[in-house]
Amino acid sequence: MTLDTSTLAPAVGLPLSRVEGREKVMGEARYAYEQPIEGVAYAAAITSTIATGEITGVDASAALAIPGVLAVVSRENAPRLAEVDDGELMLFQSSGVAYRGQIVAAVVAESLETAREAAAAVALDYRPTAHDVELRSGHPRFYKPEKVNPSFPTDVAHGDLDAGLAAAEVVVDATYTTQPIHNNPMEPHASLAVWEDGGLTLYDSIQGSWRAHNEIAALFELEPERVRVISQHVGGGFGSKGTPRPQAVLAALAARIVGRPVKVALTRQQLFSMVGYRTPTIQRVRLGASRDGRLRAIGHDAFEQTSTVREFAEQTTIATRHMYAAPDRLTTHRLVALDVPTPSWMRAPGECPGMYALESAMDELAIACGLDPIELRIANEPERDPEKDIPWSSRSLVACLREGAQRFGWEGRDPTPGARRDGRWLVGTGVAASTYPAYRSPSQATARLDADGGFTVQIAAADIGTGARTVLTQIAADALGVDPSQVRMEIGDSDFGQAALAGGSMGTASWGSAVVKACEALLTQPTSSAGTGQQGEGEVTVNTADEVKALSKLSRHAFGAQFVEVRVDADSGEVRLPRVLGVFGVGRVINPKTARSQFIGGMIMGLSMALHEESVMDREFGDYLNHDLAQYHVPVSADIQEIDAVWVEEDDDELNPMGSKGIGEIGIVGTAAAVANAVHHATGKRVRDLPIRLDRLVD
Amino acid sequence: MKPFGYERAGDVAAAVAAGAEGATYLGGGTNLVDLMKLGVATPDRLVDVSRLPHGAIEALPDGGLRVGAAVRMSDLAVHPLVRERCPVLSQALLGGASGQLRNLATIGGNLLQRTRCSYFQDVTKPCNKRRPGSGCPAREGEHHNHAILGHSEHCVATHPSDMAVALAALDATVHVHGPAGARSVPIPGLHRLPGDQPERDTELGPGDLITAIEITAPAPRSAYRKVRERASYSFAVISVAAAVEVRDGLVEECRIALGGVAHVPWRAQQAEAAIVGAPATRETFAAAAVAELALAEPLRDNAYKVGLTRNVLVSTLSELCA
Repeated sequence: MTLDTSTLAPAVGLPLSRVEGREKVMGEARYAYEQPIEGVAYAAAITSTIATGEITGVDASAALAIPGVLAVVSRENAPRLAEVDDGELMLFQSSGVAYRGQIVAAVVAESLETAREAAAAVALDYRPTAHDVELRSGHPRFYKPEKVNPSFPTDVAHGDLDAGLAAAEVVVDATYTTQPIHNNPMEPHASLAVWEDGGLTLYDSIQGSWRAHNEIAALFELEPERVRVISQHVGGGFGSKGTPRPQAVLAALAARIVGRPVKVALTRQQLFSMVGYRTPTIQRVRLGASRDGRLRAIGHDAFEQTSTVREFAEQTTIATRHMYAAPDRLTTHRLVALDVPTPSWMRAPGECPGMYALESAMDELAIACGLDPIELRIANEPERDPEKDIPWSSRSLVACLREGAQRFGWEGRDPTPGARRDGRWLVGTGVAASTYPAYRSPSQATARLDADGGFTVQIAAADIGTGARTVLTQIAADALGVDPSQVRMEIGDSDFGQAALAGGSMGTASWGSAVVKACEALLTQPTSSAGTGQQGEGEVTVNTADEVKALSKLSRHAFGAQFVEVRVDADSGEVRLPRVLGVFGVGRVINPKTARSQFIGGMIMGLSMALHEESVMDREFGDYLNHDLAQYHVPVSADIQEIDAVWVEEDDDELNPMGSKGIGEIGIVGTAAAVANAVHHATGKRVRDLPIRLDRLVD
Repeated sequence: MKPFGYERAGDVAAAVAAGAEGATYLGGGTNLVDLMKLGVATPDRLVDVSRLPHGAIEALPDGGLRVGAAVRMSDLAVHPLVRERCPVLSQALLGGASGQLRNLATIGGNLLQRTRCSYFQDVTKPCNKRRPGSGCPAREGEHHNHAILGHSEHCVATHPSDMAVALAALDATVHVHGPAGARSVPIPGLHRLPGDQPERDTELGPGDLITAIEITAPAPRSAYRKVRERASYSFAVISVAAAVEVRDGLVEECRIALGGVAHVPWRAQQAEAAIVGAPATRETFAAAAVAELALAEPLRDNAYKVGLTRNVLVSTLSELCA
C-alpha cells in the first residue's frame, strides 16, 4: 500500500481538541453506568459499621418485604469465588470484617431508589473486636515488606549513611508527615454486568479493560475470552480504577443471582472506603552536605500503612534513589497492617509523597548552607543515574530550573523568611523539583483499511479524561500519513487484546508504540490485499512485547520544576496561591493542549495535597469521617489563580517511536514541597505536616 | 432514601396547618434534600413553601428592610438596598455556599439549616442532636472545627450559616406564622445553645413557618470577614460580623456577632460593652476580644480558634474604623 504523504503536516505536536469532546459536551458519551440495557436491575451496597470483627446475622426480611426488591445478597447466599490476590474483591466470601466501610451485603431492586431504601432496612448483627486504625511512629507492628509497589526493593543502601552524616559539615534531619488522601474522580466507580450464555460482559469504569478482564475471569473461574470488559469513557481514575474494584464484582454477582443485567455505582461516601487511597506517611529525611551544598549523605525512611486484606506498600522513597547523588545513601520502607481499607494507587504513588519530603528537606538544606535552592539542586545534578549507575536517556532538570527561574522572575529573590508584607498578607516564593519514570509496557494494536478509504485502529487503551483517544489518533494519523479525521480510534475494549493500563504515566508510550507498529505494518502490506475487509487482508495486528524486552539499559525519567508564590493572611493563616508555574522536560509533547491540561491538573492536585486534602480517621469508629466533597476539600476555581505549565526542548530517541515521556503524573510530584517551601519563605514557619491548614500557621 | 409525599402549599394557612400535622417545610432544599439522602432527615411529607408570596425585598419607611422568606440568597446578596444599608449581610451571603447553591437556597431555609458536624450527618454513629441520648462522639473525637463557646456535654456542634451571623449583628427579627398565629422572634434568640436538648436548633415549634426577616436598624458601616480553608464553598472556620458608628474617634455604637464558634450565631456582648464609648483603636479592640474570649472553653483540638477569633475580630474592627 502506498499513500502520497508529501503534502501533509504532521498531526503530532498540534493542539488538537479532544476527538470525543463534542460527544462529551452533548451528554452523548456513554459512561459505564449509562449504557442503555433492557431489563436492568440496580444494586446498592451495604457496608460494615464495625471496624473489625464478625457478622453474626443478616436479617433481610424487612428489606425483602419492600415492593421491587429482587434479592438481598450476603455471605448467606452469594456464590463462591476463586481466591485472588486482591482480597478487596472477595465479596461475601467470609463473615469477617476487616475495616469499617467494607461491603458486607447488598440489595438488588427494580430501581436505584428502592435498592437504597431497602439497603437501609437490612439488619446486620456483628460481634466487634478491638481495632487499631492509627498510623503512629514507633508502632510495635512495623515490618519490612518483601518489596514495594509494584516490585522495587524495599531498602537500598550505598556506602554508610551514619558515617556520611557524621562527616558532613551541614546536616538536615527532619520528619515530615502526610495524611491519607482519597481519589475522588468525578465519575464514581460504576459497573454494569450482563451475563449471556455463561459469559460476562462488564461495562466498567476502569483504567485497563484488558487487565480487568483477566482478573474478573480468574475470580469467576471463567476462560478469559468468556469475559469482555468495555470502558468507552472513564470520568477520572487517578489510579483508583487501575484494577477492578468491589463494585464490579458486586454487579457481576448480583446479575448472576437475579438473572438480569445489574448496575452498581458507588456513592461518594463509599469512595472513601473501598477504592483505595494514598497511605498516610511518616518520613524521616536526613541530608548531609559540605558547606558549599555538595551532598555526601542522603537518608530517607518511610513509615506507612496497609490493610489486613491485602498488602500495598507505597514506594515512597524510590525517587530519592535517583534524584541526587551522594556517596552514602539509605532508603527504606516500613509498613504496618491496620484495620483500615487497603491503600492503593493515587497519582504518582511513591514519587508524590516522597518528593514532598525530599524537596522540603532540600529547601531546608539550602537555607542551612546559605545557598539559593535552585543553585543547591544544580550543584547536585548527577551525571548518571546514581542508583543503577547507568546513563540517563535524557535529564532536563537543570534546564527546567533555569527556564522556570527566568519565567517566574526568581533572580534577585531575597531568601530571608517572613520579610515581605503586602497589607495583611505575608508573601513568599518556593521551588521544588519533580521527577517521574518513563515506562513502557507491551501492548497489542490492530490497524485496518476500511472500505471508505479511512482507517480503523483498535487498542484496549483507556481515556480517563487525559486525551488518550485524541493523541493516539494523532500518532496513528502520522504513522499512516493521513489526516487525523481519516482515523477512527477505537479503545476501551478487552477484545482488542493486551494493553498497558492507563497508569504509571505509560499509556501513550505503550499504546502509541503499538499503534505506530500496526499502522506501519499495514502500510507495508501488499497493495492488493488492502480494502478487502477480510481478516488478515487490509488488517494487521501487532504486539510490542519484543521491543519492550529489547529496550537498552538506560535510566528513563521525566524531570521538572515547580515554582509557587503564596500569600498568607497574617491574622488568619489562610494561604492563597496567586502564581504557580511548572516547567517540564518530557521528551516530545504530542498534543500541547491536552498535555497542558495534564500538567496543570497534576499541579492543582499537588496544591490540593499541600493545602486541603486530608481524610480524617475517626479513631473511635475506625473510618474516614469527612467522606464527602463538602467536608473533604479539594480546590475550587477561586483557589486557583495564575497557573501555567511549559516544557523545555528535549530530544530523546531512546524512549519509543514518538520520543515521548509520560506526563500524567509528574505535575503532582514536587508541587506540595514548592508550596511548603513558599509558605516558609513567606512566614518563617516550616510546616512539616500536610496539609498546611491555617491552624498550623495562626498564632 | 425513604419514600415521601410532596405537596405545594397554596397559602400560609394551608402550609401551617400541614406543618402542625407533622409535615416538613421545603424551601430550596439545599440542606434538607441532602439530609434525606443521608437518612438523617426522614420526613413522610414535604410541603413546598418556596412559592408562597414571600419573594419580595422591600424598603421600610424608617430606613429598614423587609425580606421575604422565599427570597433566594443570590438575589438578596446583590440587592442595591442590601449593599447600601447592610454591607455585612451582602458580604455574608456572598461568602456562603457556592453560586449554584445560593441561586436555590432561600433566606428562611438558610436560617434553619442543620449543623455540618460529621457525626450528625452519619446515621451509623451516635449523635445527641440526631438521636437524643445516644452520645456525642465529637467531644472526644474529631472536633477540630467545633464550638469553643457555649457548648455542652451533650453537643459541641456549630451553626453553619454565614447569613445568620450577619443578621445577629444587625439585630434582625424573624416573622413567624404558627398554629397560634403570627409573632416575631429576634435573631439573637431564634437559635438555641445546645444545653441538654441539642436536638432543638431553634425556638420554633411544630408548624412554625418563617415568612420574612426584618432589619430595622441597618448598618451602612459594617463588614463580614469569613475565615475558611478554601476560597469558596466551605463553611466558616470562624467568622466576624461587625457594625460600628464612630464619632470623633470614639465608638458610639458597636454590634458584633461571631460565626463558627458556637451552636448559635454568637453575639459578642462582652466585646461590645468593652468597645462602646472607647477610642476606636487596636488596643480597645484587642481588650474587647480578650473580654469576649474569656468565655471560651476550647476542646482538645480547637484551641487555635481562640487566637484566630481574636486576631480576626481585632483586624476586622480596625479596618472598619480606619
